[in-house]
Amino acid sequence: MSKTSNHAIPAANPISHRPSWSSKKEKKAKLNLSIFRGALLPVSVLLTWQILSTNEIIPSQLFPPPSLIFQTFIEMISSGELFHHLKISIVRALLGFTIGGVSGLLIGLFVGMFQRAEQYINPTVQMLRAIPLLAITPLFILWFGFGELSKVLLISLGAFFPMYVNTFLGARNVDSKLFDVTRVLEFSRVQQVTKLVLPSALPNVLLGLRLSLSIAWMCLVVAELMGADAGIGYLIQEARSFMRTEVIFLGILLFAAVGKLSDSLVRVLESWLLHWQDNYKG
Amino acid sequence: MPNTMLELTALNKTFYSSDYTTHVLDHIHLTIETGEFITLIGPSGCGKSTLLKIIAGLDVDYTGEVQLGGEKVNAPSQEKGFIFQEHRLFPWLTVEQNIAAELSLKDASIKQKVDELISLVKLSGFEKSYPKQLSGGMSQRVAIARALLRNPKVLLLDEPFGALDAFTRNHMQEALLDIWRSNRTTMVLVTHDIDESLFLSNRVIVLDTKPGRIKASIPIDLPYPRKRSGKAFQELRAKLIALLEHETVDKQDWQI
Repeated sequence: MSKTSNHAIPAANPISHRPSWSSKKEKKAKLNLSIFRGALLPVSVLLTWQILSTNEIIPSQLFPPPSLIFQTFIEMISSGELFHHLKISIVRALLGFTIGGVSGLLIGLFVGMFQRAEQYINPTVQMLRAIPLLAITPLFILWFGFGELSKVLLISLGAFFPMYVNTFLGARNVDSKLFDVTRVLEFSRVQQVTKLVLPSALPNVLLGLRLSLSIAWMCLVVAELMGADAGIGYLIQEARSFMRTEVIFLGILLFAAVGKLSDSLVRVLESWLLHWQDNYKG
Repeated sequence: MPNTMLELTALNKTFYSSDYTTHVLDHIHLTIETGEFITLIGPSGCGKSTLLKIIAGLDVDYTGEVQLGGEKVNAPSQEKGFIFQEHRLFPWLTVEQNIAAELSLKDASIKQKVDELISLVKLSGFEKSYPKQLSGGMSQRVAIARALLRNPKVLLLDEPFGALDAFTRNHMQEALLDIWRSNRTTMVLVTHDIDESLFLSNRVIVLDTKPGRIKASIPIDLPYPRKRSGKAFQELRAKLIALLEHETVDKQDWQI
């Protein structure tokens, strides 16, 4: 029995030690296979959907066939309508995110660095954080009207908290051992902030940025659904009243796509800014 | 022409906690001359690291006085370079940026000094590396270069090679001796390694524990470079071990 196994091993070796061109090909085949496996479910769902919907087995009014959604997409792009609404939504979200994110960063840094500031400010912020945004929306409409101001403020309020919480955490995570080093090297107070606290807090700040961006995007939907005359949320709202389900689907897909895109952008920023990190594998 | 660099007078330090007090340092008097290489040795808990932190100005909760070059020490400064047990480099900065720290490498004179120090600590070629890419010994050499860039009057080293493997440790000790012999910076090194203190220093200060006080001050007159296997080295080593382990050593031998 041992004899047969001895023979089997050298016979198997030449196969596993293939030349590199072949293993490259093999890798590509493996990749293709995994793409195929990943795409199998969504593609078959889309196909089934298409067949069921065009044959009216499911009501095409509620589940418009994917081909129609795609057709609408092309039409709205060529008419410039889609771009118009998308632009307005993105400007709103970015404006709100900038106001909320920057104030979250500054206040979070301040509160993180001074114990006294934490005692004065943090309890109030944590209390405000617990209020659901939807609950304040009516107040915002009463105070600031249906215009841009209430929308941007709602978005910035949503974007503020994740940035604040994570920056605060980051500023608290500064290694006290490195703080001793800055004392021996006679860093000024400003240098301690720019050369120690900020870089130490950077991983948390970037996490805050990511969460804050995605919350800004979600608040945008709330803000636009509560009443707007342009934007992706408006597009969805209007399509609902005209029973144009395919436009609703399109709006949802756009929210998903832009949300994913902005998240990927922050990930790129992360891998660029945090390449010094020992544990960063992203 | 020896002149006094560091003078510690009547240093006392006590840790207070809710249910006990620990007298860490008891009446420490110590004078260190310019250019000396001193090692502080003693059992763990004898307050040797605390003493070094007091000299550095990192710990100001004590009674007594520390004078550096005739001036009272009351805060950390670049004059008192400090090497911690861990390298304590900024992980987001490269080797050359870590050495420069708050100074700008765009300044040609600083860039030149940094380059000189990098070759002094034998790290040429690693200027742009990040701490995560360095070994423990290399990181500690960056920390030493960072301290030396500030032209310290005294370099304080708190068990700087304790975390390194034996081979790297020997290598680092030789590197430190080279630096000392070329710069003549006054060195105070805390260690619990008898060989290390005999290999490096002009004078070994032996500390006693509970309360920490100076037990002996032993001049080491062996010529450099010292051979760890040499007869004189081994004799001193045996005496030092005896002094550290047993209380009943004839103190006359040690010219206290």
